Amino acid sequence: MNFNATFFGQLIAFAVFVWFCMKFIWPLLLGMIEEREKRIADGLAAAEKGEQKLEQAEQRLTEAVEEGKNRAADIIAQAQKRGDEIVEEAKQNARVEGQRQLDAARGEIEQEKEQARQELRQQVAMLAIAGAEQILMREVDRNAHNDVLNKLGADL
Amino acid sequence: MASDSHAPASATEYITHHIQNMTWGQLPAGYERADGHVLEQATWTLAHSAQEARDMGFWAFHLDSLGWAVFLGFIFCFCFYRVAKKASLGVPSKWANFLEMLVEMVDKSVKESFHAKSEVIAPLSLTIFCWVFLMNLMDLVPVDLLPEIAQWISGDPHLYFKVVPTTDPNVTFAMSFMVFLLIIYYSIKSKGIGGFVGELTLQPFGKWMLPFNLILEGVALLAKPVSLALRLFGNLYAGELIFILIALLGWWQLPAHFIWAVFHILIIILQAFIFMMLTIVYLSMATEHH
Repeated sequence: MNFNATFFGQLIAFAVFVWFCMKFIWPLLLGMIEEREKRIADGLAAAEKGEQKLEQAEQRLTEAVEEGKNRAADIIAQAQKRGDEIVEEAKQNARVEGQRQLDAARGEIEQEKEQARQELRQQVAMLAIAGAEQILMREVDRNAHNDVLNKLGADL
Repeated sequence: MASDSHAPASATEYITHHIQNMTWGQLPAGYERADGHVLEQATWTLAHSAQEARDMGFWAFHLDSLGWAVFLGFIFCFCFYRVAKKASLGVPSKWANFLEMLVEMVDKSVKESFHAKSEVIAPLSLTIFCWVFLMNLMDLVPVDLLPEIAQWISGDPHLYFKVVPTTDPNVTFAMSFMVFLLIIYYSIKSKGIGGFVGELTLQPFGKWMLPFNLILEGVALLAKPVSLALRLFGNLYAGELIFILIALLGWWQLPAHFIWAVFHILIIILQAFIFMMLTIVYLSMATEHH
């Protein structure tokens, strides 16, 4: 346990180790640690940001779903309404068409009636003439008596 | 305890053998060695007794202290260098993580108390902490294990072999002397020579009490490295001595050794930490103006 030159040996060794640490260990390790610290901090910040974005997206999603539901309901309501309208319209059309057909049929009937009456009139005129011919036993000048015949026919 | 033919004759011999360093130095011509052999000329050799070690004078080396210190220093450098070389931004291995934790711990301690900019102080602190810790850690190796191995390898049953470098005051004083040099360097660097001298002479009592101030401040300045070295040396030397005493207890040494070792784990870390913290504090005091 004497005090001797071990002192200088240790002094030199100490200086060399400190120098080595200063030159080759400390800057490398600390630089890396600080870099990594920054990276972790960045990562945490990014994670937080991502979380926020997720939350926003979720909110947007809920809104979109809500809107979609509303629109679907609207569309369904509109469709219902339109359906009712179509049915109503069809009913109306059917009614009108029925009326039209009815009127047409009536017109036709009227027309046929008129025609039949016309024919009947002529035939009656003929019959009347034939009868008159038979009675008179002679030819009636159709042309000379046309006016009478027509008048007769019109009176029928 | 050694139990074969070279068993120590008494507890005293056992203890003194354990606290003697392996000293390598020059013995003068005509010196009578411990075994009665007289040297014909001055010889560089290993001391075979405490007396011989003393007679080697100042220019002798404690090979065991230096060897272990340098070896442990290399372990420190190797471990950190390897991790530093392989360091990547990815997920660190557990071992790398542990070393990085030490670096961060030291870095935080330095940043907390040392406000000036310095390239040296943080690596210095890390080196001090790790190296002193490793040297202290040797205290937990059973006291006879490494000496017995060394004696077996060398074939010399009386080989002196102390494995804890920090129980050698040369080692602790060398480290604190380095800190002392840095204190002076930083004082002069931040305050100039005038400022440093002024700090030593012009306070606390003004210029009319200059010699008194010088004595007061000089003692305060010198007390820093001395207390630094003696604190570490004293703690570890006492711890080592207690381990040696416990080793004399026979079978009872097993529980006693365990208890003291557990307690000592605290001491070795604490002493390494204190040495580092005080270094930082002293150096920050040196750079700050009053």
